[in-house]
Amino acid sequence: MDTGETFSDSFTIQGRNFLDAGQVSTEIKSELKDLGIDPAVIRRVAIATYEAEMNVVMYADQARLTLRVTSQAIRVTVDDRGPGIPDIGLAMQEGYSTATHEMREMGFGAGMGLPNIKKNADDFRITSTVGRGTTLEIRIDIN
Amino acid sequence: MRCLRICPTQALRARNGKALLLKDRCIDCGECVRVCPNHAFIPQTNSFSDFSKFKHTIALPSPVFYSQFGRDVRPAAILNALKTVGFDDVYDVACASESVSIAIQEYLDSDESPRPVISPFCPTIVRLVQVRYPNLLDNLIPIDSPMELAAREAKRLAMHERGLRELEIGAIYLTPCPSKMTALQHPPRKKHSFLDGMIPISQVYPLVMRALAHAAGEDGRPDVRGLGLGWPILGGQVASLKAEERIAIAGLTDVMRVFDEIENGKLKDIQYIECHSCPTGCVGGSLTVENPYIARGRVLRLVEKYGSEPCQDRQKVRELYHKNFFSLLGTIPPSPVQPLDDDISRAIHKMHRRNQIYEMLPKIDCGACGAPTCMTFAADVVKGDAETDECVFVTMKTLEAKSKNLLDTIEKQSKKLRINPGRHDHEASASR
Repeated sequence: MDTGETFSDSFTIQGRNFLDAGQVSTEIKSELKDLGIDPAVIRRVAIATYEAEMNVVMYADQARLTLRVTSQAIRVTVDDRGPGIPDIGLAMQEGYSTATHEMREMGFGAGMGLPNIKKNADDFRITSTVGRGTTLEIRIDIN
Repeated sequence: MRCLRICPTQALRARNGKALLLKDRCIDCGECVRVCPNHAFIPQTNSFSDFSKFKHTIALPSPVFYSQFGRDVRPAAILNALKTVGFDDVYDVACASESVSIAIQEYLDSDESPRPVISPFCPTIVRLVQVRYPNLLDNLIPIDSPMELAAREAKRLAMHERGLRELEIGAIYLTPCPSKMTALQHPPRKKHSFLDGMIPISQVYPLVMRALAHAAGEDGRPDVRGLGLGWPILGGQVASLKAEERIAIAGLTDVMRVFDEIENGKLKDIQYIECHSCPTGCVGGSLTVENPYIARGRVLRLVEKYGSEPCQDRQKVRELYHKNFFSLLGTIPPSPVQPLDDDISRAIHKMHRRNQIYEMLPKIDCGACGAPTCMTFAADVVKGDAETDECVFVTMKTLEAKSKNLLDTIEKQSKKLRINPGRHDHEASASR
């Protein structure tokens, strides 16, 4: 029975905050579990939001992540303030990464972040303005 | 109230002065047993009288048992003592642990399953995965546990050497924790356990203490030896493996943190994760006697003395592995906590209701309502299991509002009647 209800929640992700990194995707998982969403769907949302969250922490100043759940789909929007992405096509290539040496030492920089989001989403849009920031729109269908 | 807070899955509520356990959330960690000052939680284990129906009983002590006695007490002496306290025979489980570590090594070397592989030997961890992390069920390695393999072998020997039927033999595990009982009643991936019951280590301990004091001397039992001696402590499984990247974690908060990372797609380079609910590993189980840190020291000394002598023929065990001797073919079913509703639209509606109720609450998680947190209380109200006026703060606010109303009404009425209660009133009488 679709009453058109939407559950929404929003979170702030702080750039360079490696201490709290990953907490937003964990919180989202918990809310989706309370809603009774299928675990396989939750896994895809977890991976996509985690990659998005890590990108913000590594490269941006701050971001707002909005979660919207209906009985049909889960939508995650990540709107950040940061350097932006000059060449989105290049950024989407597997293996391409702009991670610093320190980040690679921490285990990041495989260059799979954005490709992983695309792999796990049913719809994925990315727009960016250099010097302003980047916006990701992710949709994962509930079946 | 301590139990409400300590429960890692918020499975406890206080109702009418008693503790209520929500079974779909309980993962059998035993912390409530440990923490209750009134001993209100009784672990479901067996006592000796449960085994009188068996013709032949075999005690299978967890290797934790070897660490519970004095510094110079040999495991072999402990096994001998067990034969004099009511068991017909005894079987060393540490040797089975060594076989299992060889089997795990073979699995890691030859199987292509998802990484990281997670140890399934702590039944609380298995329950945690069933309840909270069903996506990781396939990561739990599908091999049987040392206690099961030991019971199977002990029974086979008894049947062979004494001509007994399996039904006549009682295999009894001496357990360091209540969680192991779950694995007996609901063994992962198979229908029945080879064990027939469990007695807490704390119950057998005084009997063995007495027996050791009266011990007439050695009966020539060879020393217990092998990699399995290290398994009772955190890191014991990992120390027995040769895998490249392997880690050992204990304590549910830290285990959940790592499980969240795996669900996020991280830690794919890790081969094996040894997980324990109890922070020090099994020596910290709630049914042990000795201080877990002292017990840990004893385990390390036993490993130093006897750990490097193998008790199994490695090649033979590897061949057994490839003949599926250790494999379990069943699956572990997910066991998720009841969501707010089975229908997502209704669940969304209830989530809104829950958050609305939460806004009314003081958000201090005081527990006076009988729920561990304000958020769980709000969820209970939405599910119909509680009423908002069970919250002391909500009731106080309501009463405050009602008394304010009452005071306002009194003031209004007295103005109407031109009465000023408590003042000498000649104006009023003049206007009447």
